[in-house]
Amino acid sequence: MKVELEADKCVASGQCVLAAMDVFDQDDDGIAILLDERPAAEHLDDVKEAIAVCPAAAIRLVDQ
Amino acid sequence: MADATLTGPAHQAPDAVPEFPMPRQSRCPFDPPPALKELQEQGPLTKVRLWDGSEPWLVTRYAEQRALLGDQRVSADTDQPGYPTKASPEAGEGKLSFIMMDDPEHARLRRMVTGPFAVKKVEALRPAVQRIVDGLIDDMLAGPGPGPVDLVDVFALPIPSLVICELLGVPYEEHEFFQENTKTMVRTTATPEERGAASREVAGYLAGLLGKRIAEPKEDLLSSIAGRITAGELTHQQATEMALLLLIAGHETTANMIALGTLALLQHPDQLALLRETDDPKLVASAVEELLRYLHITHLGRRRAVTEDIEIGGQVIKAGEGVIMVNEIGNRDPEVFADPDRLDITRDARRHVAFGFGVHQCLGQPLARMELQVVYGTLYKRIPTLKLACALEDVRFKTDAFIYGVHELPVSW
Repeated sequence: MKVELEADKCVASGQCVLAAMDVFDQDDDGIAILLDERPAAEHLDDVKEAIAVCPAAAIRLVDQ
Repeated sequence: MADATLTGPAHQAPDAVPEFPMPRQSRCPFDPPPALKELQEQGPLTKVRLWDGSEPWLVTRYAEQRALLGDQRVSADTDQPGYPTKASPEAGEGKLSFIMMDDPEHARLRRMVTGPFAVKKVEALRPAVQRIVDGLIDDMLAGPGPGPVDLVDVFALPIPSLVICELLGVPYEEHEFFQENTKTMVRTTATPEERGAASREVAGYLAGLLGKRIAEPKEDLLSSIAGRITAGELTHQQATEMALLLLIAGHETTANMIALGTLALLQHPDQLALLRETDDPKLVASAVEELLRYLHITHLGRRRAVTEDIEIGGQVIKAGEGVIMVNEIGNRDPEVFADPDRLDITRDARRHVAFGFGVHQCLGQPLARMELQVVYGTLYKRIPTLKLACALEDVRFKTDAFIYGVHELPVSW
């Protein structure tokens, strides 16, 4: 599974970092950055939570 | 001619359009008005009537609320036709910066100030917030006796006020001036003239500070905003509105969550005991999310105007109509939260919409969360005998303000 992040959509709420700190971080403007686009299975639930709480629908998990 | 007295709410036909906001039940100050619950059971959307006679849609269910708040066909611009206003705006009153704008201008302005609110930057402030909280508790305990004191005055308001002043670079010594004016700005019973005057007072003060920072920048958010003026990216007016937004949003919201949250916990001693006895930061964080879900202080709803027809929840919202997403009832949607009217700090409440949803979701939320975690994780441990010093019926709730909470919270220990 691969994580896709559309940084253009990000509104810097920080929700993804709170949900999945091993996979997401924020740059100096608070915009989300992807630390690990192919996270280990143990982080997938956290990534799914990040997707659910992202207010801008900027994160996706794709089958690749 | 019909007798005018027969047209009052007591004589409304059962199918009449209900008025919004609705009254809360006086014995259930933490619950949404019962009428909202009934409307939610009936369907996701319904028309309501506002103070000015307009009839926007009220959106009561979680899924539809999130869908609409995330929809680009809804506008936060208060000048859009159909925008459901909370009260009569004063002519010429400035807009409260980007929260009343749409993309792309909204995004351009918002991104100028999101940096300091990033999760890890906020986390770095935790020790300073802990010192502030401990200091205020020391002062309470060093007082002449075990209360009663007003927790709003000595604790709930000073914490977010000190923190946002520090972040912005506004001297805290002026706090009485802007706390008083902020109170007027969010009081629904203030006249438009009073609200406008209060807003201009604080805006004038901030414009002065911005001028000083242009001449002599410091390491604070005001200096960073001032730098945007110098760079030609913001006008003085835009910069002042932005500073005003951050100062107000940093005051009345977290303060109300601290006081109302404490009252809710005092009324739920089993939940309070869990929090007091835990050393697990995860449980404290979970309690913050649950109290945000359960209390929901923005009781007048998130408001938008629809710019293109939207089909949703079995209805068509037409372009030019208003929508109000009342997140406090969305957070009690049984489809999303089991047994939603129960306060349970052990549940996973992270998907609540207390901070809104979509591109306008609260940008200060990491800061609010951290402040609340420090407060809820400290106050009840350090003062385990904390109790309400009046009857619950005598607590004055802020049904007359844009942000819900308590006017005072007398406590003793």
